[in-house]
Amino acid sequence: MAVKYDLNEREVWDGNFAASQSLRQAKVDVVAAYPITPSTPIVENYGSYVANGYVDGEFVMVESEHAAMSACVGASASGGRVSTATSSQGFALMVEVLYQASGMRLPIVLNVVNRALASPLNVRGDHSDMYLGRDSGWIQVDAFNAQEAYDLALCAFKIGENHTVRLPVMVHQDGFITSHTAQNVYPLSDEVAYDFVGDFKPVDDMLDFSRPITYGAQTEEDWHFEHKARQHKALFDSREVIDAVFAEFEKISGRAYKRVESYDMEDAEVAIVALGTTVETARVAASELRSEDGIKAGVVAIRNFRPFPFDKVREALANVKSIAVLDRSSPGGAMGAFFNEVSAAIYSTPNRPLVTNYIYGLGGRDFSIEEAKRIFKEQKENADAGHIMTDIQQFSGLRGPSLGFFKTKRG
Amino acid sequence: MATTSIKNLKEFSTTNDRFEGAHTLCPGCAHSMIVRELMNCTDDNLVIGSNTGCLEVSTAVYPFTSWDTSWIHIGFENAASAISGAEAMHKARKKKGTLKDNDASVKFVAFGGDGSTFDIGFQWLSGAIERGHDFTYICLDNENYANTGGQRSSATPIGSTTSTAQAGTHSYGKKEKKKDIVAIMAAHGAPYVAQLAPNKWKAMAKGFQKALETEGPCFINTVSPCCTEWRFDPKDTIGITDLATDSLMFPVYEIIDGHELNILYRPKTVIKVEEYMGAQGRYKHLFKPEYRHIIDKVQKDIDEQWDYLQRREEARI
Repeated sequence: MAVKYDLNEREVWDGNFAASQSLRQAKVDVVAAYPITPSTPIVENYGSYVANGYVDGEFVMVESEHAAMSACVGASASGGRVSTATSSQGFALMVEVLYQASGMRLPIVLNVVNRALASPLNVRGDHSDMYLGRDSGWIQVDAFNAQEAYDLALCAFKIGENHTVRLPVMVHQDGFITSHTAQNVYPLSDEVAYDFVGDFKPVDDMLDFSRPITYGAQTEEDWHFEHKARQHKALFDSREVIDAVFAEFEKISGRAYKRVESYDMEDAEVAIVALGTTVETARVAASELRSEDGIKAGVVAIRNFRPFPFDKVREALANVKSIAVLDRSSPGGAMGAFFNEVSAAIYSTPNRPLVTNYIYGLGGRDFSIEEAKRIFKEQKENADAGHIMTDIQQFSGLRGPSLGFFKTKRG
Repeated sequence: MATTSIKNLKEFSTTNDRFEGAHTLCPGCAHSMIVRELMNCTDDNLVIGSNTGCLEVSTAVYPFTSWDTSWIHIGFENAASAISGAEAMHKARKKKGTLKDNDASVKFVAFGGDGSTFDIGFQWLSGAIERGHDFTYICLDNENYANTGGQRSSATPIGSTTSTAQAGTHSYGKKEKKKDIVAIMAAHGAPYVAQLAPNKWKAMAKGFQKALETEGPCFINTVSPCCTEWRFDPKDTIGITDLATDSLMFPVYEIIDGHELNILYRPKTVIKVEEYMGAQGRYKHLFKPEYRHIIDKVQKDIDEQWDYLQRREEARI
C-alpha cells in the first residue's frame, strides 16, 4: 500500500508538479519515461514518489523517448494504467510509436510540455510538438495553467480508458510558462480523485491467458482502410464522452471545462482564436480593450485540439466580424495549420467572418497583453472596413523588418 | 517453471504447440523451427514480442494469427521495450492483485531478426538488458534483411553478396566482418547468453529452458539459415546448419554471468569453411581466383575465434 501523501486544500504547484500529482492520484500501474526539458520534473517528481513509497506502480526509466512510448505500449496492452511525459525532440522521437499506440487503441496518457522543435535548438515553449501530434490518432487536450494541467490529466485517464473510446490522450501544457511557473492549485483529495478516475478495466489483456490476443497485426489494402476509418470514427465519437467526463469533473471540483472555451463572445465583433497560455493573455487584453476603447473583443480557446471541435468552433465564431487565428508553430511554407482548420470550420457559416493568421511566440518569444491588443485593433479595422487591411499571414513579435504574406482586396 | 521433457525428438514434437503451422514463412525457413522449439520447451504462459521482420509479417496478417499465446508487435526496433513494458506491468499488477490469475507462471520473450537486433533495434535491446527485465531475447540470425529482399546488415559476414553490398566485377560483396553480438551481450553482464543452432535441437531446447529459468535478461543468438537469400535448396536447411556448426562458422556455446563460457557442441570432424560457403549461392563469387583470399581470411578468423572460445572455456574467466 502506498504511503499517504498529505495535501493542502490549496497548493502552490507548477504545471509539472501538478501533472505528476495527477499520475500519483490515478495510481498509474506503469510509468515508462525518459527525461527531457521542460517536462523532466514530471518524471523526477514521480521518481521521488517511487523512492518514498507514495506509489505502488512500476517506474521504468528507459534509454530514449522512443523506448519510453514502446514500453508504454507493451505495458498498456498488458492490461493496466499507463502514463508518461515528454517534450519537443523527445516527442518527435516518439512519433513512430504514437501512431502505433493509437492504432492499437491503447489508452496511454502522455503529458506533453510543449516546446519548440530544433533546429536551431531551443528549450522554450511553442506548439511545434503539439502540432506534430495532430494526425497521430490521439485525443489532445490543452491546459492553459497549472490547475488545468492537473485537472485535465485526471480527466484524460477517464476519457481514454472509456470502453467506447479506447484511445490514447495527450495533455498539453506550455513549456516553462505553465510547467515552471508556480501557481495556486486546488487539488482533489486522493480518494475523490481516484474515485473519479476509477479502476482500470482492461480490454484485450495480454496477461489474461484464458484469451490469447495478438497485438500489432499487419493489414494491407484489404483491411487497413477499415481499421483507420474505425479509429477516426472513435476519435470523433469521443466528443460525447469528453463532454460527459468534463461534466462529471465539474460536479466534484466546481471547475467547468468545455471542448471550446468562449470568453466574452456573446456580443463580440472581433476575436482571437488561440491555444495554450496565450488564451489567458488574450482574455486580459480583450477585457481591457472593452473598457478602454469600447472594442467588443472576445477570445475563443480550443481546449480539445483533437478531435478538432469543428462544429463548436463554427458555433463560437458564428456572429463575429473579424478573427485572428494565432499559430505558435513555424508554418513551414503554408498558412498556419490552426488557421487552416479554423478557416475551414467557418467557411461554411452563413456570416463567413474575415480571418487572418498571426504566427507568434516561436521558441518561447514572449506574447504580451499589448501585442494581443494590437491584434484585436487590427481586427477592428478589418471589421470596420469590411475587408482584410493587413497581410493575411503576419509574423507578430518578430525582430527586424516586418514579415507577412498574401493580400486581398476582399474578405 | 514448467519445463517440458526433451528426451527425444518424437516426444518433444508432440508437446504443447502454441505456434500454428499455418504461417507464410518460406518453405525451408529455419525461423519456425526455432520459434516452435522455444514455445514447446515450456508449459508456462508466454508473452511474446516480435520486431518487424520475416517472422512478424508471416505470422500475424489480419484477420489471422499464428500465435496461440499473447503476442505483440510494435515496430522494427522496439520488441525489447514492448516486452520491458509488459514485464513491468505484470510486476505492478501482481503486486496489486489485479491479474486475472495472480499465480499463473509467465515468461516474457522477444524475437528479432539480425537486422532489428544487430542494427536498428540495438539500442532498445541494450537498454532492456541493462535494466534487468526478466525476459529472454532471441535473435533469429539469418545474416541479412531477408524480409525486404536481402540487404546487408551488420550480421552479414564478410564476402557475402547482398542487394546493398553486392558482389560484382569490382566487389566481393560485404567488406566488413560480422558484429560479435554474443560478446556484446555478455559484456552487458546478462546472466545467460548463448549462440544456438536448430540442427543441435537438444542443445537449443536446453539453452532456451535455461534462459527461461534464469531470472533477469537473457540473450540467445540462433542461426537461422535462409534458403531464399543464402541461396540453397529449401530441403537442405538442416544440412546447411550442420555445415555452419561443423565448420565453426557458428560455434554453439553459452556464457553464464558474462564470464563462464561453455562450448555446447564440439564437432567430431571440423570441416573447412569453404565447404560451408560452397553450398550457398551467396558466396559463389568467392571461388573466383581474385576473391579466394576472402575465404582464406574467413577461415583464419574462424580458427582464431575457436581458439579464443576454447581458451575462455578452459580459463573460466
